[in-house]
Amino acid sequence: MSDAPTPKLELLDVHKRYGERTVLDGMSLSIDDHEVVCLIGPSGCGKSTLLRCVDLLDPIDAGAIHLDGEAITSPGIDANAVRRRIGIVFQSFNLFPHMTVLDNVTLGARRAQRRDRADAEAQARELLDRFGLGDKVDEYPNRISGGQNQRAAIVRALMTDPEILLLDEVTSALDPELVGEVLGVIRELADRGLTMVLATHEMGFARDVAHRVCFLHEGRVLEAAPPDRLFGDPQHERTRQFLQRVTEAGRL
Amino acid sequence: MDDERTIAPARESALSGFFRQEGARAGVIAVVSTVVFFGGAILAVVNSPNWPRVRSQFFNGEDFVEAWPDVLGGFWLNVQLFFWSMLLIPVVAMVVAVMRSLRGPAFAPIRLLSVVYTDVFRGVPLILLILLLGFGVPALQISGLPTSATFWGLAALTLSYSAYTAEIYRSGIDAVPESQRSSARSLGLTQMQALRFAILPQAVRNVVPALMNTVVSLQKDVALISVLGVRDATREAQIITSRTFNYTPFLVATVLFLAVSIPLTRYVDWFTARDRRLRSQAQV
Repeated sequence: MSDAPTPKLELLDVHKRYGERTVLDGMSLSIDDHEVVCLIGPSGCGKSTLLRCVDLLDPIDAGAIHLDGEAITSPGIDANAVRRRIGIVFQSFNLFPHMTVLDNVTLGARRAQRRDRADAEAQARELLDRFGLGDKVDEYPNRISGGQNQRAAIVRALMTDPEILLLDEVTSALDPELVGEVLGVIRELADRGLTMVLATHEMGFARDVAHRVCFLHEGRVLEAAPPDRLFGDPQHERTRQFLQRVTEAGRL
Repeated sequence: MDDERTIAPARESALSGFFRQEGARAGVIAVVSTVVFFGGAILAVVNSPNWPRVRSQFFNGEDFVEAWPDVLGGFWLNVQLFFWSMLLIPVVAMVVAVMRSLRGPAFAPIRLLSVVYTDVFRGVPLILLILLLGFGVPALQISGLPTSATFWGLAALTLSYSAYTAEIYRSGIDAVPESQRSSARSLGLTQMQALRFAILPQAVRNVVPALMNTVVSLQKDVALISVLGVRDATREAQIITSRTFNYTPFLVATVLFLAVSIPLTRYVDWFTARDRRLRSQAQV
């Protein structure tokens, strides 16, 4: 036990309710450094909630979440400091509409980290350039495509050099022809060894990029396995049914 | 996207075509009905048995010229009050609105304070508030507190209008999607930073038309300060009237207020229309 490396991120019996509805019901999950984990499952199975709880955007009701072995859900933890170590990208991009792409990307660096503007902008320009947004730095979010918005949102999350990147169905709000460019960015990040947790409906992509795929059901991890095994030989009846429906819908 | 671009102008030209066809006839009808309506109304007033007396009481040219300097002098006070309250209200209102938007159990007393403030100062009629503060506070004779009625009148205006304005701000804050707050917080911004840099700029933009309407109404309500005996335009007119028993000075004050409020209203309309146009264009 003591020989095993500390997992990067660990959820221990996490419970989360919204009013009467239990969303996370004893969720336990452990993610290693440099691991890419995909969360799949029907809507309402707790994928998004899990990610929001890890980024401390929603408080959990019971259980604990550990980052590098440190409980980040205990009282007295500086949530803002934790959030700077974790990047999150949302389904609906959530760029700030009143700011240019460059200001969006550098906001956290300038205000939360109090970095020098020129320094933050230099880093932002380099990142934007690498993700093909070099000529969009001065555009406003509503003047660029959904795919460009989402890539800018990913760059914004990367500005703090996060130790983990959480991606919440980042391609679900995109036109089909724009999905590819965003997946390309994620693949590149995975290749560079960034620890990532993705909630996704893109089964093909999950199979391709994930080290491990977790099937979530009723607020718990029902089955977790490398993609080949989970997609090829699911152990649980529920998982089989879900994959069956996804296949029928032509998403696999 | 391209489809929309080609459809939109076509629809527009169809609409303007409708107006072009209808234009000539509609124009004639509009002119005739306007002349008949207003001409009739004016004739009815002018031919009423008491018109000559009303004219000399309310529309007396000599009295108008005579009252003009004093009433204008008083109006300068209204303008100053308007100016200072325009500086104070947005700030006080913003503080109240932000207090109410803070999340978390620790801020409960601050939220409560803000709720009580808005409830009380929105609930009291402005004229009562002016009377209470303007006569009440100086009567306390607390040393160090200003005793000028103008000061307390301004305070009453600011307190009351800030309560309304805070509610306008709050509706703007509530209209910003929750996800914007999440995404600001996820960058490590504190609650106040998220409000200041991400939420409030969008919130204020949402409510600019509503705020402008408040400005128009404030511009007229500064006249209420006359109940304290402060010599603003209304009060000056009243003083002259009580001496001469001629009501033309009120007309002077009316003209002065209209001279400010009509351009202001036109500007607000123009600004609101432009804002709406820019926003609809922005949805690319």
